[in-house]
Amino acid sequence: MHMHRYEKWWLTLGTGSLIIFLIILGISAFHQGHQPPSAKAYINPEQVDAIAPFDEPGLKKVEGKEWDYELVLVASTFLYNPGEVEVPKGATLKIIATTKDVIHGFEVAGTNINMMLEPGYISEYTTTLDKTGEFLVVCNEYCGVGHHTMKSMIKVVD
Amino acid sequence: MSERIIKIDRKDGKLAMAHIYVGFIALALGGLAGLLQVLVRSGSFTLPAGIGYYQVLTVHGVLLGLVLTTFFILGFQHAAISRTSGTYSRTSRLFGWLGFWVMLLGTVMAAVMILLNEATVLYTFYAPLKAHWIFYLGLTFVVVGSWLGGAGMIMKYVEWRKQHPGESSPLLTFMAIINTVLWIVATLGVAGTVLFQLLPWSLGLVERVDVLISRTLFWYFGHPLVYFWLLPAYMAWYVIIPKIIGAKIFSDSLARLSFILFLLFSIPVGFHHQLVEPGIDAFWKFLQVVLTFMVVIPSLMTAFSLFATFEMYGRSKGGTGLFGWFKKLPWGDARFTVPFIGMVAFIPAGAGGLINASNQMNQVVHNTIWVTGHFHLTLATSVVLTFFGISYWLVPHLTGRVLTKAMNKMAIVQAIVWTVGMGIMSGAMHAVGLLGAPRRSSFSTYGDAQQALDWIPYQVAQAIGGTILFIGIILVLYIFINLAFFAPKGEEEFPVGEQAEGSEKTPMVLENWKIWLTVLAALILVAYTVPFMDMFQNGPPPSKGFKVW
Amino acid sequence: MANPELNRKTQTKVEDSSSLKGTLTSVLLLGGFLVLSWIGVFLLFINRF
Repeated sequence: MHMHRYEKWWLTLGTGSLIIFLIILGISAFHQGHQPPSAKAYINPEQVDAIAPFDEPGLKKVEGKEWDYELVLVASTFLYNPGEVEVPKGATLKIIATTKDVIHGFEVAGTNINMMLEPGYISEYTTTLDKTGEFLVVCNEYCGVGHHTMKSMIKVVD
Repeated sequence: MSERIIKIDRKDGKLAMAHIYVGFIALALGGLAGLLQVLVRSGSFTLPAGIGYYQVLTVHGVLLGLVLTTFFILGFQHAAISRTSGTYSRTSRLFGWLGFWVMLLGTVMAAVMILLNEATVLYTFYAPLKAHWIFYLGLTFVVVGSWLGGAGMIMKYVEWRKQHPGESSPLLTFMAIINTVLWIVATLGVAGTVLFQLLPWSLGLVERVDVLISRTLFWYFGHPLVYFWLLPAYMAWYVIIPKIIGAKIFSDSLARLSFILFLLFSIPVGFHHQLVEPGIDAFWKFLQVVLTFMVVIPSLMTAFSLFATFEMYGRSKGGTGLFGWFKKLPWGDARFTVPFIGMVAFIPAGAGGLINASNQMNQVVHNTIWVTGHFHLTLATSVVLTFFGISYWLVPHLTGRVLTKAMNKMAIVQAIVWTVGMGIMSGAMHAVGLLGAPRRSSFSTYGDAQQALDWIPYQVAQAIGGTILFIGIILVLYIFINLAFFAPKGEEEFPVGEQAEGSEKTPMVLENWKIWLTVLAALILVAYTVPFMDMFQNGPPPSKGFKVW
Repeated sequence: MANPELNRKTQTKVEDSSSLKGTLTSVLLLGGFLVLSWIGVFLLFINRF
């Protein structure tokens, strides 16, 4: 199949760029730990309230782990529990979340914290909160008539 | 050159036209729903009579994402195959009509359930949101109907191949068949979840449904779905636009190669819609990201071919220098200019798509309104403007009328209105999406949170852009009705481009379905087998249904 | 492609009739746009927590 000289240049350059993108993403994900949230932990969605740690939602200081705080969060139509938390700046936070009913989103606006909450699955994400501010948590997956009222707040304070 | 205009067989034309009518009715109603949404989300308008925002959103998504596209594409492909491979046999045409009526029945069933507020589950219908069983059965009929129509097309193709042994099929037919095969392989996923999970569950035969398997089957279908929309536009760009401007097809072989690459790499990539969800291993997500990047390559090839077609044509008309050819293009011809705007829109659309699929970078944009802005460039600009551009010659060709100068001018105005409206709406969506504004959400200040208040000006801009787009819809409907019923009688050409004389022969390997379907099956198995087995073996207890609207 | 010594006098003319340099420039601009937007969002990702 004949291909024009310039087209060969263009496809080489284009494919080369794609490969470079993939290498950057791969190193960042698998070497530096920036994988998208992909936890593989399961729970009976009908007994969330009775199973630890979701029997006690909220922010907890922890010792001897790679992170300083754990935020245990339960989503249900149409609210998040807890509805607001305050975390000191610089703390490393592990979010552990699930849903009791339909699929919800868990997005902290203006950050990279953005994951799906699906019944039966526990979603986890760990990050270091290195900026102060009031970060709104919104549900970004349609979950019913009150979807747009579903919110929480993470306050990162000095 | 006084070529006689080749007309499509009248009976085949009627079949194509029936599909196109339904498509444009869907455009009218779905467009109205879109207008209502942007107005509500600006915060300055409330829906009357207890109509819900999410009900309107479901109408918008189903009518424009599923009905307009599927009907228009099947209509266009029937016409394209009949035009380039010859009149349909009675069986092919029968399958075409059977498919049309089954699809229409399914559409009506789904629509009634949506209007009764029994299926406010958006066009993605994620379990465990549970709609009425008639909604799922309606969707099944739409898919099965499209298979029947597709079978009619494939029969015609097989017939042509038998009559022309050793020849490669007409390019437009080949492309339409690739798209049909892509559609059939892709819809196996959605048919799987609807038939084996959602229908029995909504009928009460089983109590619970596996949510992640259902979503994964949906997205196995959901990504090739967007290529099913895009490929007919590419057909027009590769084959029809060269004829309209009076140029030759840049390369028949490369065009076929790029379509094969689309078939191979648009399916095993559904995980890039599921990058931030639990239960799927990070390794398999990344593998599908790599495969997703492969599907960029045929688009890079397409970009080169199109620019080359335009440059060669412009130079033959005396264009000189680096960009002199650009001015020589027939800007006054809506059949060229309208799809051309669609091509240009695919540049930012492609850039956005690359970002969306970039594994962890998806966390920046996932389910924000950036994504809505993205597919309003791909589907609602690149694809839809090309469909409008096709309609401006196809509809009069089929109804025995002509595109008048006045309508041609109006069509160009329509495209400019669309470009301005979409520029404002999609631009605002991209910007505010990066700030975190969620998609698929009614107006909310989230308890007067500062971030949410900062989003409002962008939402007002979306409403302005959306209103301009609605004017665009009124204009295109006016042109469509004119071309279907009122334009002067006459003969409008169905343009089909040809290769330059003396071009190399197209290698037959490009039409060896055994090879390509085997590679396709292998890629799908590699991408999905292990994650699927994992879901079956390790998944949590399945979910009851919820009706929370 | 063409022998430069033979074509020196009529170079512009020869190049203009069959050249695809406009195409090459166009796709390179397009590629540049893709790369810049990608880098933009990647930097956003890196700077956010």
